[in-house]
Amino acid sequence: MGTYITFPDLLIWLPILAGVFCFVAGTEKNARTIALGFSLLVLGVAVTSLFFKEEGRYLNYNNVNYIWLKYIGANYFIGLDGLGRMLTLLTAIGFPLVFVATAKAEVKNSKSFYGLMMLTQAGLMGVFMALDALTFYFFWELALIPVYFLSSIWGGEKRIQATFKFFVYTFTGSLLMLIGIIYVYLHTGAHTYEDGTVTMHSFALSAFYNVQLSASEQNWLFILFFIAFAIKMPIFPFHTWQPDAYDQAPTSVTMVLSGIMVKMGLFGVIRWLLPVFPMAAVHFKNVVIILSIIGVVYASCVAMVQDNIKRLVAYSSIAHIGLMCAAIFAMNQVSIQGVMIQMFNHGINIIGMWIVVEVIERKTGIKKISELSGIANTMPTLTIFMVIVALANIALPLTNSFTGEFMMFSGLYHYNRWFAAIAGLGIILAAVYTLNMIQKVFYGSANAVTGELKDIEWTEKLSLLVVVVLIFAIGVYPQPLIDLTQSAVNNLLVRI
Amino acid sequence: MNAIILTAVFGVILMFIGVFAKSKTLPRWVAIGGLSLTLLTAVQEMVAGNSFFRFNHHEMLRFENFNLLFIVIALAVTLIFFLLSGSEIEKAGPHVGEYFALIFFVLCGVSLVATFNTLLMLFIGVEIMSIPLYILTGSDKRNLKSNEAALKYFLMGAFSTGIMLMGITFLYGGNSNASFFIDKINIGVGTMPVLMAFGVLFIMVSLSFKVSAAPFHFWTPDVYDGAPTVFTSFMSTVVKAAGFFAFIRLFEHSFGSVQDQWQRLVLFITIATLLVGNITAVFQQSVKRMLAYSSIAQAGFMMLAVFALNNKAKEGILLYAAAYSLATIGIFGVLTKMNDFTIDGFNGLARKQPLMAFCATVFLLSLTGVPLTAGFQSKFFMLMAAVENGHHIWLVIVAVLFAAVSAYYYFRVIQAMYFKAPHQEEETNELSSSFKLMLGIIAGLVILIGIYPELILGWLYH
Repeated sequence: MGTYITFPDLLIWLPILAGVFCFVAGTEKNARTIALGFSLLVLGVAVTSLFFKEEGRYLNYNNVNYIWLKYIGANYFIGLDGLGRMLTLLTAIGFPLVFVATAKAEVKNSKSFYGLMMLTQAGLMGVFMALDALTFYFFWELALIPVYFLSSIWGGEKRIQATFKFFVYTFTGSLLMLIGIIYVYLHTGAHTYEDGTVTMHSFALSAFYNVQLSASEQNWLFILFFIAFAIKMPIFPFHTWQPDAYDQAPTSVTMVLSGIMVKMGLFGVIRWLLPVFPMAAVHFKNVVIILSIIGVVYASCVAMVQDNIKRLVAYSSIAHIGLMCAAIFAMNQVSIQGVMIQMFNHGINIIGMWIVVEVIERKTGIKKISELSGIANTMPTLTIFMVIVALANIALPLTNSFTGEFMMFSGLYHYNRWFAAIAGLGIILAAVYTLNMIQKVFYGSANAVTGELKDIEWTEKLSLLVVVVLIFAIGVYPQPLIDLTQSAVNNLLVRI
Repeated sequence: MNAIILTAVFGVILMFIGVFAKSKTLPRWVAIGGLSLTLLTAVQEMVAGNSFFRFNHHEMLRFENFNLLFIVIALAVTLIFFLLSGSEIEKAGPHVGEYFALIFFVLCGVSLVATFNTLLMLFIGVEIMSIPLYILTGSDKRNLKSNEAALKYFLMGAFSTGIMLMGITFLYGGNSNASFFIDKINIGVGTMPVLMAFGVLFIMVSLSFKVSAAPFHFWTPDVYDGAPTVFTSFMSTVVKAAGFFAFIRLFEHSFGSVQDQWQRLVLFITIATLLVGNITAVFQQSVKRMLAYSSIAQAGFMMLAVFALNNKAKEGILLYAAAYSLATIGIFGVLTKMNDFTIDGFNGLARKQPLMAFCATVFLLSLTGVPLTAGFQSKFFMLMAAVENGHHIWLVIVAVLFAAVSAYYYFRVIQAMYFKAPHQEEETNELSSSFKLMLGIIAGLVILIGIYPELILGWLYH
């Protein structure tokens, strides 16, 4: 391809470079500066790339294709399309946001911490841009390893068991997916390189899209892939790792996990699962939707009775993701378009929620809702931000989630009104537990601990301000996001 | 041919050095020099396609790229092993020269096993490979466990050799060509005659024994645990890989056409090996014993190559030999520097020895099969081979589920090193800078092969 530096190159290599710099940074403070600086740079690249998205014209800036394993037809092939662009943008926004929001938190041995964080970003970027199955698999696992170490080293008391559970779940899922990838690969057609070398099969996404498989083959391959993605999302009944992991991981890692990493599962379904196994997708769609909706209702119910604020947010995340998964499998234009923008919005909102939770936990050392009350008396600014984020979380009109959830529900309703009705319970329950939590934690009279608190610092204000601005901006004018992913939705619907 | 001759010659030279030279370090340097020379000539033979030594071996040996590449891998891995743990070999006992000499004889056997073209050569190769190992296992002769291990290994080994010889006899009598040549035994498609079926069965049993596949694995934990740690690392890597190489070559050439008739047996052995290795490894408290069981588990994965027996399997076994050997030699190298072999003994190692802990992590991740490490590529090729074979695809799912189980015990060591507090009072061994450098190089190689396996496989097609 071209000889110039492309956007995908920058989006992968800048974080890797930053990670290496962080490890060898002289002081702990340097590491933080490097991580923040580079993540802002990545954000700059991701935003700039939005202006060069016209297909055909800027192809060379948006695709990288190197020969990697020539004899088996695997290439290092990454590129930006509508779907990938949106999720790389989310990744690029998420990391600086996390760094700024947690800038005041004490991190021991922060050189390794920031180094691993940046490597995670590189892995995530790779997942969202991979156009070759083996490249995809590599990045899929690469995003996991640093997170495993981050959570296990800097996490809470039960971190070792909790993160290992998380690791084993996802590792098992991805190995099953690997079998699926191999099977599909062995049924792809021949691939010819520019220099005339011909390989029997190819790992390229396009080759995967063109593969011909019988219905029964598709069905069991669908299951192999779906388990990997379902664990990552997570979908009931594969979700049991998630509350523990979110609870025990350091909150900045939880932000990444819940804001960005869960999107890997949804992304996988949209990019790989549906287009490669369309027949099986139709065959299984009711099963998946029912599982997702069970997850929505179940997680919402559990969230209602949670006393641990981190677990509450974790279960709320399961409910939201479940709804998105159900909407994908409703398989119509509106629902999938809704999922696309909701993936972005959910990332922003949940990071906002975690920022607030992190502040509370850091300042009070308490995670239990029953031991907190009256924070609004001493931290009015935080409370205002929290209320806005919470309203966005329950999809009030004018907030970003409203558009997404509205589209998802109308799509789901269009497919089957009963599904939509039951999933709608999730929204009502979300309002119940979110407002209930706000009422208990923020309002009422302050107790001994919360009475002593000081309001948030400027770094936290800044990051929450960014979140709130995004919430309103997208809430009022979601069209750019829709435009960004329009082509991806159309491409998907053509295939299924 | 270069490797066979030179390893034998250097083995003899080292024996005499052991007798006549007083210096304790001389044998090591002669061994390293000799092995480097052998490796260079082996590479030369692979690239140029002709040997320095030419005599008529009546086609009893066969030198193809595939075979020669395996020899190069085995020699290179052993060289790395010498460079990393050479000083540990010197500490194993008073007869330093002989230890190196015995390892050279093993390598001679490995080279024969890699190039045999008749059953006789296979038999001789396996014997030359095994007998020095019995001695090495018992080299710590004041240690009861070492003695027990050597005796056990010898008795069981002798028994399996007998079975192999029996199998060879049956095959010789059973094939219509009355030939020892592996290609001529091949009867083509059709039901195997009874004699031949028994021959296949016996050979399979004895080779399974050599590669410690279940249910013929019972010697493995005791022998690996009882032998001095340096020698365990050698015999669980190069020698085991050679066993698999023989397995694949023999079965491909001689019984490839009747695969459907013995594949179920291999299927059973594979699953049993994966099951026994992984499940038992989970319960071990000693890292050395855990590695012994994990080597059985890895053998289960390598059995997939025998099961599949196609081109991907052949490529995969080369990768597996390199990847598994590098990681295992590395982790055993780390183990030799530990005072306490229990998993708790690794607690807090990352704080005391950050580089060693990092390298050990790379090795363990590689053994687990995490991408970016060589272990992933080798497992990936094994899975590809088995899927491509097309029969019993559920076996692949069983295999990856066990790979997930293996994460449990490998990660326990990582968890101990990184996430647990060190014991305060313990003194750590000082590490020489050369040891650290070698460890770093091995970890680098593991990652390099993990990213770009054609570093090895490219030689097959050059």
